[in-house]
Amino acid sequence: MSKSTTGSAARSSASSGRVKTIDIVNKGLKSRYRKEKRFRVYGLLSIIASAVFLAFLLSSIVFNGYSAFLQTYIKLDVPVKTGMINEQNPRRSDFQGIIKAAIRDYFPDVTERKDTRELYSIFSSGAAFQLREKVLKNPPEGDTTISLWVPADDDVDMLMKGHMKRDVPESERRLSDKQLRWIEKLETDKRIEKRFNTTFFTAGDSREPELAGIWGAVKGSFYTMIVTLVLSFPIGIAAAVYLEEFAPKNIATDFIEVNINNLAAVPSIVFGLLGLAVFLNFFGMPRSTPLVGGIVLMLMTLPTIIIASRAALKAVPPSIREAALGVGSSKLQVITGHVLPLALPGMLTGTIIGMAQALGETAPLLMIGMVAFIVDIPGGFTDPAAVMPVQIYLWADSPERAFVERTSAAIMVLLAFLVSMNAVAVIMRKRFERRW
Amino acid sequence: MQEVLKQNIVEKRILAPRDSRKTIGNINVPNPRMVCRNVNVYYGDKQAIRNVSIDIGCNEVLAMIGPSGCGKSTFLRCLNRMNDTIDSCRVTGEILFDGRDIYDPSVDVVPLRAQVGMVFQKPNPFPKSIYENVAWAPKIHGIVESKSDTDEIVESSLQKAGLWEEVKDRLDQPGTGLSGGQQQRLCIARAIAVSPEVILMDEPCSALDPIATAKIEDLIEELRAQYTIAIVTHSMQQASRVSQRTAFFHLGDLIEVGTTETIFTKPSHQLTEDYITGRYG
Repeated sequence: MSKSTTGSAARSSASSGRVKTIDIVNKGLKSRYRKEKRFRVYGLLSIIASAVFLAFLLSSIVFNGYSAFLQTYIKLDVPVKTGMINEQNPRRSDFQGIIKAAIRDYFPDVTERKDTRELYSIFSSGAAFQLREKVLKNPPEGDTTISLWVPADDDVDMLMKGHMKRDVPESERRLSDKQLRWIEKLETDKRIEKRFNTTFFTAGDSREPELAGIWGAVKGSFYTMIVTLVLSFPIGIAAAVYLEEFAPKNIATDFIEVNINNLAAVPSIVFGLLGLAVFLNFFGMPRSTPLVGGIVLMLMTLPTIIIASRAALKAVPPSIREAALGVGSSKLQVITGHVLPLALPGMLTGTIIGMAQALGETAPLLMIGMVAFIVDIPGGFTDPAAVMPVQIYLWADSPERAFVERTSAAIMVLLAFLVSMNAVAVIMRKRFERRW
Repeated sequence: MQEVLKQNIVEKRILAPRDSRKTIGNINVPNPRMVCRNVNVYYGDKQAIRNVSIDIGCNEVLAMIGPSGCGKSTFLRCLNRMNDTIDSCRVTGEILFDGRDIYDPSVDVVPLRAQVGMVFQKPNPFPKSIYENVAWAPKIHGIVESKSDTDEIVESSLQKAGLWEEVKDRLDQPGTGLSGGQQQRLCIARAIAVSPEVILMDEPCSALDPIATAKIEDLIEELRAQYTIAIVTHSMQQASRVSQRTAFFHLGDLIEVGTTETIFTKPSHQLTEDYITGRYG
């Protein structure tokens, strides 16, 4: 109404002959387009800036971490004679001694006790375990020589990867001149080479970088996420549906709503303290386990899921509800038959966000003991386990140079885990998505 | 009211004054399907409907007309308790269906709405296939047991709604992919799939073009043989084409009721005359 009156007023003034409306419009046009252009440029700039930061972050992680996917191995011919292996119980044989003997065989000119100790230290202590595994699997008959590619010590690995310089004075590097000479001998014999680091993807944590792997943490994260998902998804959706569709609007529900919104902003370490006090101390649940970790993370993700699910439920067009009610559906039939299927994609989005948050969460897990040094790969929900972000934190805190690249590599694995988790959710959402 | 009626008969065509708020005309029908007496509807403190009494007869089409905001849609939605979904809405008075007050606490809305179906202003098919749209209500009420029962109901409902020929080859496609007119007929098919006794239509053609409107109007005429229909419409031509009786609402009051012919040719109330001659509204 008001538009047409101003329009007619402008027209009448134009017809009276002084200023034409179109001139006023044209005059303002330029500044309007300028504004629009400026706005677009701001948007573009911010996107470029974030893209640059992201690229910088990713490239620095990849650059630091790609070398961890390779590991230096040394070929060792281990002579195994009868009598070296304990006949009654092969497990109790002195594999460390057998390895040491083999090393001494290869470097016959090293005799002094101090030198031999230095010599042994270029090989990883994992060599003995490797031999043990092989012997237990395939007990040797009579005198044989077992050829093994054993991992080199992390210092040797760093040297081979170029992170340690050979031409600096001896006191400034972690390998002595003698050790360098032995390594050179191995190099000329083509007995030392870099190979794909399977240990990193199959082992649990270790104090020795060359024996440390991410698999324990991956499995720990996996179990924790399962617990979180199984608990938070149904509880979150049930709570959202109840609050949105059934709950009466009164002070009590308003109070609950305010509290849910506030809980979403509570620092996560508080949830960790809650978990420590309630689940560990009061209920006496096992420490450092995915079960407790998952429950604590469930508490943390619930508000996110509830808020997103309620928004998704609110977004379902009222006409659909009316249509369903109009043919005599009961309230539950309206919800399960029409509202939930339409709201599900939105609920899944909320769940993805919540789960991604939970996957990257460290602080609350420190409180319930998931920061412990755990070597074993967890086999279930009640085994002590580490999770990936905590593993990254632990490695970042370790002094060895070799843990630097492993930290970055672990971040890459974490990101890959996150991406694959999100991919599954996106595919599921696409399947549920319907248009109206 | 009786006096007003008598006056009307004696002094032919003297219109009731504009400020008279009493219902003129005969609210009773010989064979009522629904009986409404002294219905008041409040939204919070605001009264939307004042003392409306009217019968809705069997196998008749009752048109409700009136300017925007006169309460005709509100009244229509009272007839199958769709207003229950609005928290602040309160209804007093009696609406009898099969001799029972539908607002009696003992009445369950689910079977009520199965008997009193509704078609809305904007076509609102479920975002599911055409087949599922029609099959939904029979399924939830347990009317059908086997797949063949369902197929039968879907086919007969779509046929009654005049949509079968157009969609029989694409029943598995989404109902939202149909044109506006087809969607509205799908909604009518959905409503009649549970064989209701009364169908309420809230401006069913307001979003449709004249051809689709004509189809729906033909459909209403056919459905009248089996169902009782109450239709709210803004189009006076539509009311005169499809209905047998017409009720004129104004600002929450039922001003005049009568056969459609009487209302459109010899209205008794000044407001009715002004409205149908297009002087306002």
